[in-house]
Amino acid sequence: MSEHLIKLRDAWPQILDGIGITLVLTVGGAALALVVAIALGLLARFDNILLRGTARVFIEFFRGTSLVVQLFWLYFVLPRFGVELSAIAVGIFALGLNYGAYGAEVVRGSLNSVPAGQWEATTALSLSRTQRMWRVIFPQAWALMIPSLTNLLIQLLKGTAIVSIIAMADLTFMIDKLRQDTDTFFAYTVGLLLYFALASLLTLGMNALEIRAKHKLGRGDSLRSALSFSSSASRAGKGVA
Amino acid sequence: MVRDTSQEEPAIRFQDVNKSFGDHVVLDQLNFTVNKGDRVTLIGPSGSGKTTILRLVMTLEELTGGYIFIDGQPLTHDLRDGRRVELKEKHRNEVRKRIGMVFQQFNLFPNMTVIENIIEAPVHVLKVPKSQAITRARELLDKVGLADKEHAHPLELSGGQQQRVAIARALAMDPEILLLDEVTSALDPEIVGEVLEVLREVARTTDITMLIVTHEMQFARDVSNRVLMFDSGSIVEEASPEVMFTQPTEQRTRDFLAAVLGD
Repeated sequence: MSEHLIKLRDAWPQILDGIGITLVLTVGGAALALVVAIALGLLARFDNILLRGTARVFIEFFRGTSLVVQLFWLYFVLPRFGVELSAIAVGIFALGLNYGAYGAEVVRGSLNSVPAGQWEATTALSLSRTQRMWRVIFPQAWALMIPSLTNLLIQLLKGTAIVSIIAMADLTFMIDKLRQDTDTFFAYTVGLLLYFALASLLTLGMNALEIRAKHKLGRGDSLRSALSFSSSASRAGKGVA
Repeated sequence: MVRDTSQEEPAIRFQDVNKSFGDHVVLDQLNFTVNKGDRVTLIGPSGSGKTTILRLVMTLEELTGGYIFIDGQPLTHDLRDGRRVELKEKHRNEVRKRIGMVFQQFNLFPNMTVIENIIEAPVHVLKVPKSQAITRARELLDKVGLADKEHAHPLELSGGQQQRVAIARALAMDPEILLLDEVTSALDPEIVGEVLEVLREVARTTDITMLIVTHEMQFARDVSNRVLMFDSGSIVEEASPEVMFTQPTEQRTRDFLAAVLGD
């Protein structure tokens, strides 16, 4: 076992590089997925059949085709049309489009969950369509969509492992290299723990976002007081008052 | 264009208005006018179409047939070259700016503080400078007795306080017409008074045209100069509050008032 640990120590800089690639894919893919999700989620709510139809086809297509095949298509077929993307760009595009299509349903559902009275108040105040959405409705829907988006983000992180098949030296790839120097049990256990650590960090970050979004709606503590060590004491104090 | 050419246009005019939800006819060939400065209360059993009238004026519902004119201007539909045409969202929004509404459920924006709720539309719709909008919002908060709550979040306030903020928010747009849709129905009985007092004050100190749906008959009597009794989407009787509440002509009105007033 101790020689495995020495191998792990030797491989550590490479594993860190792998984590770096995995994080770039996760953050890049998530950023693209968020843009795609919001754009498609908004389009899918339009009355105009053409806009709504386009969004629906897009959503169903990217949800209904395998991430691996999308990845292969972008990596091997797209160059035939003269578009050659780097492996990392292909990874980000495939993850962003695939998870963006799932996210679109979350965005659409959350927008629909904002009470009708809020929409009516924006009409009564003559806000424009854009103002309605971005100043009133979306900020409220945002708090509702974060828990589901957190789920998708964790799935996206785990989905990045698939890109190792288009020769990306991500965390999964490095773990596989470690396996060759050590053994299956050791390497894959290290892999599990590292992915779990990354997922935990992302979850913590998203929870902070959720606390902040809810606080802005006047529900729950501010992020600062939720993070401070005295938060339980101050909450108890409030309860008495 | 069907447009009244007389000098003083009524604030609101309903012309042959129909409204159905599916097969259910809510308003049937409704004609009535509200003059500028009128305070008109609509009474009648639930389902008689009173709230639908307010929601049509606020463009929260689509007309099934007919026309609504605001100060002589068509609101959502117009007759052009013998055809009934639907007017664009941009036009609707222009006409809508003259109208304010206070809702049963307050509908304050929870993502904004009290003062942000009030200045939102003046700043972003009327393009009033922010500092000026804040000054005006503070005057209005003072008027509704909530000067100390400007930085509070709506959900930290009681129902009565939220409704008073909603009234201030509507008034901040300087509406010519104010629609009050059962504004006390969601409130506990002991705080109904504070909201009605604010509205009485608004009625006393402004000349805003008001269209009111309420179950508070004493308030209707104090504030309005005309009362319309509705049943099944039509006007059963129209009278001054003195006459309507003491000697209504129609049996339907007498039955309704007896049921509402409880004796």
